[in-house]
Amino acid sequence: MPINSIFRNNGSKAWEETRKLDIVRTRYMKKLLLLGDQAVALGAIRSGISGVYAYPGTPSTEITEYIQASPEAAGIHSRWCTNEKTAMEAALGISYVGRRALVCMKHVGLNVAADAFLNSAMTGTNGGLIVLVADDPSMHSSQNEQDSRFYGKFAFVPTLEPASQQEAYDMMAYGFDLSEKQGLPVLMRITTRMAHSRAVVQTGPRREVAPISFPKEPSRWVLLPVNARKRYDILLGQQPELEKISEDSPYNKYVEGKDRSLGVIACGIGHNYLMEQYPEGCPYPVLKIAQYPLPRKHLEKMAADCRKLLILEDGQPFVEEQMRGIFGAPCAVAGRLSGELPRAGELTPDNVRSALGLPAAEGFAASSLVMPRPPVLCAGCGHRDVYDVLNGVAVGYPAARIFSDIGCYTLGALPPFRAIHSCVDMGASITMAKGAADAGLFPAVAVIGDSTFTHSGITGLLDAVNSQAPITVVISDNLTTAMTGGQDSAGTGRLEAICRGVGVEEAHIRVVIPISGNRDEIAKIIRDEIEYKGVSVIIPRRECIQTLKRNVKKQAR
Amino acid sequence: MKRNIILSGVGGQGILSIATVIGQAALDEGLSLKQAEVHGMSQRGGDVQSHLRISSEPIASDLISRGGGDVILSLEPMEALRYLPYRSEGGWVVANTAPFVNIPNYPDIEGVLAELRALPQAILLDVDAIAKDGGVTRAANIVLLGAASSILGLSFENLADGIRKIFGAKGETVVAMNLKALEAGRDTAQKLKNEK
Ligand SMILES: Cc1ncc(C[n+]2csc(CCOP(=O)(O)OP(=O)(O)O)c2C)c(N)n1
Repeated sequence: MPINSIFRNNGSKAWEETRKLDIVRTRYMKKLLLLGDQAVALGAIRSGISGVYAYPGTPSTEITEYIQASPEAAGIHSRWCTNEKTAMEAALGISYVGRRALVCMKHVGLNVAADAFLNSAMTGTNGGLIVLVADDPSMHSSQNEQDSRFYGKFAFVPTLEPASQQEAYDMMAYGFDLSEKQGLPVLMRITTRMAHSRAVVQTGPRREVAPISFPKEPSRWVLLPVNARKRYDILLGQQPELEKISEDSPYNKYVEGKDRSLGVIACGIGHNYLMEQYPEGCPYPVLKIAQYPLPRKHLEKMAADCRKLLILEDGQPFVEEQMRGIFGAPCAVAGRLSGELPRAGELTPDNVRSALGLPAAEGFAASSLVMPRPPVLCAGCGHRDVYDVLNGVAVGYPAARIFSDIGCYTLGALPPFRAIHSCVDMGASITMAKGAADAGLFPAVAVIGDSTFTHSGITGLLDAVNSQAPITVVISDNLTTAMTGGQDSAGTGRLEAICRGVGVEEAHIRVVIPISGNRDEIAKIIRDEIEYKGVSVIIPRRECIQTLKRNVKKQAR
Repeated sequence: MKRNIILSGVGGQGILSIATVIGQAALDEGLSLKQAEVHGMSQRGGDVQSHLRISSEPIASDLISRGGGDVILSLEPMEALRYLPYRSEGGWVVANTAPFVNIPNYPDIEGVLAELRALPQAILLDVDAIAKDGGVTRAANIVLLGAASSILGLSFENLADGIRKIFGAKGETVVAMNLKALEAGRDTAQKLKNEK
């Protein structure tokens, strides 16, 4: 089925345009070796986006980086945003004026952007809007393994989950068309192994950027209750049509099989692990799902045809729970909830194999000599000096608790430092220290990175200032967003001004250089500020050793 | 033709450049390819790995199954042992013997090497020393690739071409250094084979 088949030939101009595009596409096909992330990026560029809006986060970062570096992306806005919420809202602004935008983030970023995301389904869109979220089952670089498909359902928007890098590329054009046709944002969910795996992708030509055009129904963009109630009715009313589109989607495929003792529902890259087991073709009926809401018609057929269903999904049992419902599915269901697959962690060809009841591959035993090799702070990193001093000061305050945050400096939790007591979500260091201080803890110290501070720390600092909480905030400033590879940090050069603006007293904003020669001086400053009964901010500032090396190399050239 | 290759090492050693060169050579031979990489957290001196699959047939999974690895290519000896469960019956291990010690509980290196030497199909060489002797210290990773060049199912000339394409943007000196490293690795592996 051709990709644009959801747009029936109604003789419209749009149909003519897409058809022409298809022809041009086949004429200019070009093969490229791309990461899933890069396939998304190039797909978006070629779909005529006006901007990509993102805050870095593994495994989504390479999408924006590709667009920033691409010579054909000149004119596309691609500067990093302060956080995921500002990114989502800016993209919605582009959509409002009738142009296309892509927003990218890691899964936990969608929590930060959730208010904007859910309400963008309420306003609906004008220009095409794709919200790309990269989930991280197995938590390779994350604090949880939440599955963004729940957010897609929560917001009542179409959700795409590509099974290959080629689909990741193709689904950009498809998704933008779908978004514009339905007037809704489209969620595209990928997982680590799609984001960070390379394959050959067939690419096509670029579509022109649309001219600016304003929304036809201005009232739906003003979500006063009176308007919102109308919009919600419309959104709910759209759902059967979205389900129908899923059923007819070229990306949801039902393939018959001879052996109906089992039917396999394979979502996204779960389909690859399934097909890996059957190079000659799967003997069971297979429903490949790469677009939601769930294609009910196909599910009903499979449940009627097969004695048992096996559900393969790279993430939480999103489909499986819906299949089971409260009163149970019409036939037996196997998956993560019944133990055929592990409840947590990513899918692998091995656990899929075992879920299919195939004999496990004979691997060799692991060597008992192998030790874990955890990541560490780089040699020469300024965070090291900060923790050395902080640990020294903490000896004098046995009750001290150091609330930290997310970034390279979180590695201060591991030996040899063991310096921090918490890491929860971006910005939580300052607010948790404040809460603990409110409850009577002394001393309450927060350690936060510069990028995390501007992402979500500023508002918490304002809370602390407003209630004169006796906390000491250390903003360990390495002038970059290091954890994700050294992207620009939103507040570089302005941290003191920001703290002053929020209301921290000038005398209690202390900037130091974290090098070993300064340790005594820094220790004294930290002690003084701990003893100060109000909000103080200490900013140890020294460039990240990785960006420093890179900058030196660049200058040498 | 089909090769499932596990690349392993420590963050910063350069396994991704090896993968890129093999990938380029495979594409030039018209093969299918999938390569899963590890980015992010584990790059800070932690263990890193990449699954690289090349085949004359279409490839489904991005990941290699346990027991499905035809070649384990490791820039670090303990990291080679970590992936033994992925080695197939008859699979090769090509590993650097110079340890990268950045953890306090690194095992006794003689024990590690003894386990590697006991493998039926292994090419073990001190990549760091060979690179240093050849004056190509910064291309130690490509020495390892050279040592594996005869078992990857790709022609040496295509691998060399891959290097020219991948490193071309960095200038002639960088290309020449990496080609020299590739040859040094190949020659050492040949010598080891003759000694057996
Ligand atoms: C909501 C959210 N967005 C993004 C991330 C990914 N992330 C983790 S740490 C980090 C950067 C932290 O930068 P900074 O605070 O400057 O500390 P550094 O790593 O430079 O020490 C990012 C982007 C995340 N964990 N959560």
